[in-house]
Amino acid sequence: MIRIKNLTKKFGDFVAVNQLNFEVSPGDIVGFLGPNGAGKSTTMKMITGFLEPSSGSVEIHDLNIIKHPIKAKKLLGYLPEGAPAYGDMTVAQFLTFIAQVRGLTGKYKKERLAAVVKQVELEQVLDRQIDNLSKGFKRRVGLAQAILHDPKVLILDEPTDGLDPNQKHQVRKLIQNLSKDKIVIVSTHILEEVSAVCNRAVIIASGEKLFDGTPEELEQKSKFNQAVTIEFEGTPPDFSQLRLAPGVIDMIEQSSSVVTLVAHESYDSLFPQIFDMVQTHNWSVKAMYLEKGKLDDVFRQITQTQSMEVA
Amino acid sequence: MTWVIFKREFASFFATPVAYVFILIFLMMSGVFTFFFGGLYERGQADLLPFFNFLPWLYLFLVPAIAMKSWSEERKSGSIELLMTLPITIKQAMFGKFLAAWFVIGLALILTFPLVITVNYLGLPDNGIIISAYIASWFMSAAFLAIGMCMSAISKSQVVAFILAVVVCFLFVLSGTGMVLSALKGIVPSLVLDTVASFSFLTHFEAMAKGVISLNDIFYFVLVSFIWLWAGLVVVQQKKAD
Repeated sequence: MIRIKNLTKKFGDFVAVNQLNFEVSPGDIVGFLGPNGAGKSTTMKMITGFLEPSSGSVEIHDLNIIKHPIKAKKLLGYLPEGAPAYGDMTVAQFLTFIAQVRGLTGKYKKERLAAVVKQVELEQVLDRQIDNLSKGFKRRVGLAQAILHDPKVLILDEPTDGLDPNQKHQVRKLIQNLSKDKIVIVSTHILEEVSAVCNRAVIIASGEKLFDGTPEELEQKSKFNQAVTIEFEGTPPDFSQLRLAPGVIDMIEQSSSVVTLVAHESYDSLFPQIFDMVQTHNWSVKAMYLEKGKLDDVFRQITQTQSMEVA
Repeated sequence: MTWVIFKREFASFFATPVAYVFILIFLMMSGVFTFFFGGLYERGQADLLPFFNFLPWLYLFLVPAIAMKSWSEERKSGSIELLMTLPITIKQAMFGKFLAAWFVIGLALILTFPLVITVNYLGLPDNGIIISAYIASWFMSAAFLAIGMCMSAISKSQVVAFILAVVVCFLFVLSGTGMVLSALKGIVPSLVLDTVASFSFLTHFEAMAKGVISLNDIFYFVLVSFIWLWAGLVVVQQKKAD
């Protein structure tokens, strides 16, 4: 259980994190979202005890990170932004060093090292200097380092930043396959990642929490949630009457032959009704589908109204 | 934990050319100082005083060079964030780093053993004096090193850290030289003059280089090292996230 209470960090006059409150229970995989400079990394640095909060507290399994730093840090695995490591060491040396600092010994140490190397697929670079690795491998070394001691709490700051799509997929798989009683907090600004990996999303901007809920709830906030898109075949007919159908509050013409009908919030069954209309008029349709909420839109909607209020 | 950090840091000196360059330059320079400037042969005495007398000046440039990367690099590469979120204290990290660099210096000192062989071949030196002078100079290097590490914590740039360390070390060496003391003589009361002189590395080292190991002098270097390491801790704590 991570308990964050009134967490605030000020750098001079600048308030990076402002009165942040939330709790994370075992089993939660939290996607920590926000525009650049929103205070995500600062929050993570405070959770992991790297930065001291100006006020407020962070408790990890009932251990205050400032009062019991060593005990609390033992429960944590942390991948800092940019996955820093000691570049003059080889991957094997570096991971062994981390294992020693983490207090792993003997057979268990060997087992964990082997398991982690396999899990993030580092076999082929074990004897290479970290400085000479590609960005993707460096990131994976950072991940290996974070999960080496099988921590109860895993904090990952932009774990997929700069990775190619295959590597991203791999990292997401890895996060999903962690055992279910762990707490994972992943910061990212890639929204698909949240729906792919997380079961909870927290959005912050300008250091304040703006949204806290499941990714589905986030999708529902989108005006495109439950919207219906029709792609017409050939020359499109006059479909202006669709605008007048009950429940439709907006009609967006994506192109001359593609149209999206936005449903009213209370309306969750627009599709059958539109489908009936299309059939009655005998329009020839190439495709017709129900939209899911567009997270990008919601994200912009949530974070921009906030910044406008600030301005 | 200090031991784990020590091992990593010590290995890191040898994974990069730092330790090799340091030891090589140290040996070359100590040779030059001892034989050319110190006139080991010309003096006609079987001791290593020429070597030990020049050591503070050699340390002045070489120890800051080995200390400069200790924290600067951690901060520049961001690995400090990793280090400080591992279950270790800053004290352990500082001490581990310090010991690693101190042992590299110790190794360099040991590798000057041909000098000892030379004087033993040429005459009958008092080897007790030589050994105690070696120990004294190792303790003196600790003080230089602690200053260097504190300066390294101040700046992300290794060059800045190096220059700051040289300047501060220079002040500590200089305050005991006749030049400074005679300039101050008559201007300040003798109490102040004595205090300034007593801060100097030279004052405390000279007697020990002649083989007179007094606990006072050893304690002075230990104290100076601790004070600067502690100052370094404060600086790391303050600046780690900048």
